[in-house]
Amino acid sequence: MDKLYSIGIDSGSVATKAVLFKDRIMDTVLIPTGWSPKNACSEVFESLLARNSLNADDVYVVATGYGRVATDFADKTLTEITCHGKGAHYLDSDVRTILDIGGQDSKVIKLDRDGNIADFIMNDKCAAGTGRFLQVMVSLLGADIEDLDSLTRGAEPEKINSMCTVFAESEVVSMLAGGSSKEAVASGILHSIAGKISTLASRVGIENKVMFTGGLAKSSELTRIIEQKLGREVVTNSYSQLNGAIGAAVLGQHFANKKSK
Amino acid sequence: MSFDLPKAFKDFDEARQNSFIAMKELKESGKKVVGTFCTYSPTEIIKAAGAVPVGLCAMSDEPIEEAEKHLPRNLCPLIKASYGFALTDTCPYFYFSDLILGETTCDGKKKMYELMDDIKPVHVMQLPQTSEGEQSFNLWKSEIVRFKERLENDFNVSISDEDVKSAIVERNNERKALKAFYELGKMVPPPFTGSELLSVLYGAGFKFTSEAITSSLEEIRENTLKDYEAGNRKVSEDKKRILITGCPLAGATQKLVAAIEENGGTVVCFENCIGIKSVEDPVDESKDPFDALTEKYLNIPCSVMTPNNKRGEMLERLIKEYKIDGVVDMVLQACHTYGVETHTMKKVVNGVNETPYISIETDYSQSDVGQIKTRVAAFIEML
Ligand code: SF4
Ligand code: SF4
Repeated sequence: MDKLYSIGIDSGSVATKAVLFKDRIMDTVLIPTGWSPKNACSEVFESLLARNSLNADDVYVVATGYGRVATDFADKTLTEITCHGKGAHYLDSDVRTILDIGGQDSKVIKLDRDGNIADFIMNDKCAAGTGRFLQVMVSLLGADIEDLDSLTRGAEPEKINSMCTVFAESEVVSMLAGGSSKEAVASGILHSIAGKISTLASRVGIENKVMFTGGLAKSSELTRIIEQKLGREVVTNSYSQLNGAIGAAVLGQHFANKKSK
Repeated sequence: MSFDLPKAFKDFDEARQNSFIAMKELKESGKKVVGTFCTYSPTEIIKAAGAVPVGLCAMSDEPIEEAEKHLPRNLCPLIKASYGFALTDTCPYFYFSDLILGETTCDGKKKMYELMDDIKPVHVMQLPQTSEGEQSFNLWKSEIVRFKERLENDFNVSISDEDVKSAIVERNNERKALKAFYELGKMVPPPFTGSELLSVLYGAGFKFTSEAITSSLEEIRENTLKDYEAGNRKVSEDKKRILITGCPLAGATQKLVAAIEENGGTVVCFENCIGIKSVEDPVDESKDPFDALTEKYLNIPCSVMTPNNKRGEMLERLIKEYKIDGVVDMVLQACHTYGVETHTMKKVVNGVNETPYISIETDYSQSDVGQIKTRVAAFIEML
């Protein structure tokens, strides 16, 4: 039997995202992953099916993200790299370089004109430059990630020297104790993250249109600072946090079609 | 069929664990043993002295904690493990060694040998920084002679040119047998998995007589081939063909091979030290034995040499011969020579029909297994 729909599920360390797809994006959900990626995956899956009155048999499921192994109902699992590549290509086919800052790791992906992965690089073992780093730092300031833009706009950044989350933490604490403003420190944190992803990007070499994806892409300040560091325009997309799930769904449809042939 | 192929592969795998009994017997019969760390070690000289060379591979995480009491944490795990095994006296081969042969390869190693010398006598050969030019040749040749003299002295033997020559022939035969075996990896699909190939490459170093090495290799080659011709396929044709290059690999870093093989790839060639790097070329038997040895060992394409153009040339050739889909460069944490060289290697590899390349930095812990899997899976998905 042909599967007319596909669902892409991207289970990250922070949020689990799912996209229902049939030639276009039909519906999306995003929930916090919480402690069980398995539960989060089933929850997004069930809610997409229920909301659109579909049966599990109607859809081809591709799972990605670090929680992908926890899904037992996926027809296929793929890495984030491949899915992010496809997703960005779907959202904007001119994109050749993707900067993604995830909760656990950051990555830079280079695409060819067909949206296939040409090259990629990920950060090393530690949390430096990841969403996790930002989260820890921002909570130290007693702020919220959502407030970052208003907090940092126009601030003169305080330079954070340490890349290691643990050391940066004590650096930030002593900065605040030394009288630095919350705004300046927050701006410094953004600069630190932007610096890390820019270095990563320059290691694979940046080409053509650059897209910044992941939850942090919602921060226009961070995007601006990255642009500054790279010396080129960086686009974002309102769907960018769903990028991995979109890619998984697009690939899901592709596999479903191939199977029914 | 009476020959059990999986068991034969396993025998190589277990060679390291089991052959210390063989080693013990050798010792009891009065043989001397020289422990080596590196492919630059001219094992022919050791054999010519009537002694037995053994690779002190040091590929496990266990003794590292102990080693870190003396060594910086941020050091190549291979060096830390080598030293840690010596310090804790947990490697039977180190224990049985009468002399340890070191060489001034990378800075970390050469400084570690100074410390190791307090535990057991270490003879250090001065390796030139470059393999090119007459000066390097002369230096290395005189170092080989000096090593010969040290063995003569310590072991109370005399080594004639004829002894060296026959050791060269012996070692060449071993190389030939090993090469004939690993070149089966050129077949599509290959007749063995990457882990099996590694077991043989690695395990061959733990068989101590030339006859044992060559005959077991010939046997496993023949039977592998027979099995293949009978239509048995271990590796499916759609697996992506991977070449691994970089730092010495085995033991704890086998996690990389596992990640490749679990995610749609198969390793058909190891261009590492415990791999084909030192086996590809034989020693020239027609020349003066010391000249021939000097030439052979200086030709090893290791990143500790500057420049090291030969590694790139070798990779280019291997990518074509083994029909490689992608190259994985393994760099041990804090290995500067291989680490820096990744930039050049990427360019070289990409230059051969745009062959994809990835470098993976790792150590002997298992803490990055998940991360390695993701990277490797993504890499293979893109091939
Ligand atoms: S990588 Fe170089 S230094 Fe290390 S064992 Fe091999 S030849 Fe020796
Ligand atoms: S892997 Fe690198 S750092 Fe470690 S011993 Fe070999 S050359 Fe030295």
